[in-house]
Amino acid sequence: MANRLHRLGRSEAANGLVLVSPPAIFAVLLLAAPLGLLFLYSFLTDGYLTILWEFTFQNYRDAWSDPLVRTVMLRSLGVSMMVTAITVLLAFPVAYFVSFHVRPDRKSLWLFLITIPFWTSYLIRVFLWKVILGYNGVLNSGLLGLGLIDEPLTFILYNVNAVVITLAHAYAPFAILPIFVALEKIDRSLLEAGRDLGESDLMTFWRVTLPLSMSGVVAAVLIVFIPTIGDYVTPQLVGGPEGRMVANIIHLQYLRLDNYPAGSAIAVSAMVMVTAISLLFLFLNRRFLRGRK
Amino acid sequence: MTAARWFKMYALGYLVFLYAPILLLPIFAFNDGTIIAFPLQGFTTKWFSQMFGNATLALAVKNSLIIAVSSAVLATCLGVFAARAATRYTFPGKGGIIGLIMLPLVLPEIIVAVSLLGVLLGLGVSLGIWTVILGHVLICTPYAIAILNSAFQSLDRSLEEAAYDLGESRLSTFRLIILPLVAPGIVSSLLISFTISLDEFIIAFFLAGTEPTLPVYIFSQFRFPQAVPAIMALGTILVLLSIMLLAIAEYFRRRGIAKSGGKDTGGFL
Repeated sequence: MANRLHRLGRSEAANGLVLVSPPAIFAVLLLAAPLGLLFLYSFLTDGYLTILWEFTFQNYRDAWSDPLVRTVMLRSLGVSMMVTAITVLLAFPVAYFVSFHVRPDRKSLWLFLITIPFWTSYLIRVFLWKVILGYNGVLNSGLLGLGLIDEPLTFILYNVNAVVITLAHAYAPFAILPIFVALEKIDRSLLEAGRDLGESDLMTFWRVTLPLSMSGVVAAVLIVFIPTIGDYVTPQLVGGPEGRMVANIIHLQYLRLDNYPAGSAIAVSAMVMVTAISLLFLFLNRRFLRGRK
Repeated sequence: MTAARWFKMYALGYLVFLYAPILLLPIFAFNDGTIIAFPLQGFTTKWFSQMFGNATLALAVKNSLIIAVSSAVLATCLGVFAARAATRYTFPGKGGIIGLIMLPLVLPEIIVAVSLLGVLLGLGVSLGIWTVILGHVLICTPYAIAILNSAFQSLDRSLEEAAYDLGESRLSTFRLIILPLVAPGIVSSLLISFTISLDEFIIAFFLAGTEPTLPVYIFSQFRFPQAVPAIMALGTILVLLSIMLLAIAEYFRRRGIAKSGGKDTGGFL
């Protein structure tokens, strides 16, 4: 009997592996292998239009000793962190509202409305932020019309601020969904218990709801922070020269200068930094993530 | 009660923020002026008619449709395999394998793009439509899996067992019982993948070679101020199209969950 069960288990495992193999092989060939090669390239030498198989750390030394690359790299990290903080802080009340104050049969509609803009014409949306934030833009003409300002604001386009605003807009739904899912899982009787034990609404939120939703907040932070650092379109269109980010130099190295090793070294450096920060963040929040599967 | 009112006002304000750029799109698409700024210059439909006579645009649309349809079909096929394996079976290394397949969800797209470019050029492959398809399948598959997971998760295992007891084989059970039940999820996954591929820029920008796709064409036109109003017209049509596709996808996703007796937890992700 035990033997048969064992065999059944083994065949189940085998079935599962066979079934998962097409997407898994695809991911290994087109994701894992290319990422490995990217890593390898970053240690090779660039011979104009070819890549020489000479192992070197020079690409990393060049990248990190170049003040331009260093500035752009740190700026990208800063922008990503700001975007993440703004996005998650703005998103939390919305997720809370949909989870706690919207009728259950209306929740899907709200989530649908929130996700629509995320999937429509990313490029054109970014371009329209230029129209909104520009010198003759919607915001400036609106504020001028209302008499709130005397001359157009110039600090909101072609710099880091514009990049932050535009990215915070682009990634908003990404932050709302994980927080919403975590809030939905909270057992509502815990909140009643909190109030019955004499806590105020605010303290109940602080001591029950927030800690229980932290897994969603952490997921939201990572799902916004990691992709934003590699955004190319937004800094290119609204960032101006002082808003360039790391994707713009990767693009420059790859497509303009045709220097794959240098581009790879910058890409790998950026990914290593992002991963390190993400792991640190996970570590700092470990008590919220433990035992909540 | 007042707290609830405040939350609702905040959420509505947030929706306005989310939709602000999209709402501006039709305004400038019908504005009779080449500069995209206020004040408006009057009503015109010339940007729409200008768009229809554009040969490069037509080619870009054709390429994008080929890419989006192929990517949607391939990503959904791979998604069915992965979602079925993830919801029905336990196997060694499951977390790692599924994690790798889902990785493009968080990986910056430029990393996916440059790493694929490195491999393809290293192999001496010439870039074109099908290299973009490979990249798009990679990034669409995680979304397809997320949607299909919820469809497969709400399947009642006893239906499948009943089919086996009645003498159906593994394959015929999948075709006769499981596939019809998850069909709405499959339609939803196809539509979402199609929308994502149609809108994707960075991977197409790196991997398309000289073939234009719709977003690559749009990006190239931003450099010419006089071309921008026509892009606003194009964008209006694209936004309407995507909203339509997403609405249909949402309809099928909900129907699928209702059909297999699951509970709607909302959202695509």
